Amino acid sequence: MRYPPAFVLKRLILLLMIVWTAATLNFFIPKLTPRNPLREKLLEDASRGGYIPPGFNEMVQGYEKKFGLDQPVWKQYLTYMGDMARFDLGYSISNFPKTVGELIGEAIPWTIGLLTVTTALAFLIGTLLGALIAWSRSPSWLNYLVAPLLTLSAIPFYLLALILIYFVAFQWKLLPLGGGYSFGIVPSFSAAFIFDVMKHAILPALSIILASTGGWAIGMRGMMVTVQGEDYMTFAEAKGLKPRRLFFRYAVRNALLPQVTGLALSLSFIVSGSVLVELVFGFPGIGTLLARSVGQLDYFLIYGIVFIIIVAIGVAMFIMDMIYPLLDPRISYE
Amino acid sequence: MNDNGYVLRVENLDVQYHTDAGTVYANSQVSFNLKPGERLGLVGESGSGKSTLALAILGMIKPPGRIGGGEIWLENTDLVKLPEEAIRQVRGRQVSMIPQGAMNSLNPVARIKDQLIDGMIDHELGLSRSEMNRMVREALEAVELDPQVAQMYPHELSGGMKQRACIAIAIAMNPKVIIADEPTSALDVVTQRQVMQTIGHLQAQLGSAVILIGHDMGLMAQFVDRIAVMYAGKLVELGSVKDTFTHPMHPYTQMLISSLPRLENKGTFNGIPGITPLLREIPTDCVFNSRCPQAIPICMQRVPKLLEHRPNQWAACHLYQSEEN
Repeated sequence: MRYPPAFVLKRLILLLMIVWTAATLNFFIPKLTPRNPLREKLLEDASRGGYIPPGFNEMVQGYEKKFGLDQPVWKQYLTYMGDMARFDLGYSISNFPKTVGELIGEAIPWTIGLLTVTTALAFLIGTLLGALIAWSRSPSWLNYLVAPLLTLSAIPFYLLALILIYFVAFQWKLLPLGGGYSFGIVPSFSAAFIFDVMKHAILPALSIILASTGGWAIGMRGMMVTVQGEDYMTFAEAKGLKPRRLFFRYAVRNALLPQVTGLALSLSFIVSGSVLVELVFGFPGIGTLLARSVGQLDYFLIYGIVFIIIVAIGVAMFIMDMIYPLLDPRISYE
Repeated sequence: MNDNGYVLRVENLDVQYHTDAGTVYANSQVSFNLKPGERLGLVGESGSGKSTLALAILGMIKPPGRIGGGEIWLENTDLVKLPEEAIRQVRGRQVSMIPQGAMNSLNPVARIKDQLIDGMIDHELGLSRSEMNRMVREALEAVELDPQVAQMYPHELSGGMKQRACIAIAIAMNPKVIIADEPTSALDVVTQRQVMQTIGHLQAQLGSAVILIGHDMGLMAQFVDRIAVMYAGKLVELGSVKDTFTHPMHPYTQMLISSLPRLENKGTFNGIPGITPLLREIPTDCVFNSRCPQAIPICMQRVPKLLEHRPNQWAACHLYQSEEN
């Protein structure tokens, strides 16, 4: 048995500990700063009006009471933990009365949709390309791909994004400049809307795929070169195996293991998104939301997003830990 | 071409590696033959071209390596001329290999059973699953492994068991020639003896010819019928074990045998002074002349040919050639 219940339980407890630690830090770090987001927000609104009303301090206290900030810290902490357990992340300051949960809920499908597809595609294309480049029986012209792949992997996502926007969207007007969908279209599960969304997603997706494929390919190429020098490759060839089996079952299968670790790490960032690409394209995902919340000093929103990201990383690690023994029989949790 | 009953005949084989630092002549003019069921020992120091010869017979010389010339006859086919797909079908089925580093010779992520079966599938033997499972069981039994090993992964086996699993893979399809490349160099002496007994037993049972590569002269003396001595990419002596050990002809073989430790002169250690020459150019003289205590002027001028100087005892040395020249 590869998954003894005790191990799974231990791993689940670890996951809870990570989330709990993250939530606790999330609670205490803002308490360390002398800044008071409520006061700042109200002050900002007030100064827009030109003068500070006489009852300003009372108003701040009123809001603090409403948010429970007049309670002792330990009591606040318990309330907060209770809220977190129910994934109640509180109200957004800049978008009041919207809750942080609502805002994240609106943004997260966009980011997960975009990044799941791009991460999977980049991983598959890059890994296969890297494996083929390193394979000794591949045609030699494949080697010419190494330089462009290295270059692509060195160019940051957002720079590629800008180049793509300039040429494809701005100069040639083939695809929209940005956004998640066109103005004036009501989000629904209609073919027209889905097509519109796809059209908007092509450029952000392309810039992420182009930029990350190179990294996967270079990593896989290195592993394939190492694996091909292994004794089991020589012996497998001496068995008279077909080249296709040698390639997939022996070389790629073994070279893949470190790649999967990399995939686990990048999957956990699916939720956090790639902020810069989303910003450049005005894509309505978590990245854009995070950048906006930072700009607007929306503490609750920032903490909410950070908390969700930490939970996502924890869950991704847990899933990976469960998948590893299936990929590599040498790893078992007995 | 090959009606003289040999299962394998290597004729004037040249193998070169073309590297940036120059061409390395790893095998030059190697010739020998092998009768069905015969056990031939191939000895020589590291870098003398033993493993290159094994790879050449399996058609596994890779760039920058290249077979420069010669013929390798497996019964009636010249393996050198075969296209890659045809030589692939020979590998494992007709000529198989028992690998050198048994510790790392099995795919770490596949069960032993699958590593036995994939060869059978790729050789298109037309067997059903249950027939292949039976062959797996038989192959494991033949190497004295528990049938349960079939379901195990390599990391669950000991070194000796891994080597047995490799032997099971090598013999699974009844090959005509088995090349055992230092099959026991990574094992302790007790396991080594057991593994060699298994190989010998199976070889007798299957009637396969065996080429045993190694540098353990003691092991050779016990196991093989004939012994071939390689030096700097050339075959310098070839003869029966008895002849080679009692009256070796080539000075290199003589020194090799006298360097074996003996109980009666404990404490002394006879090596062969000097090092193997770099194989960077086609030799125009005897490759051993710089280390040879018996060298005569002609050794600096001409390459000695491998000739039969005594019945069934061949040597490439000018000391015996003078009367013929």
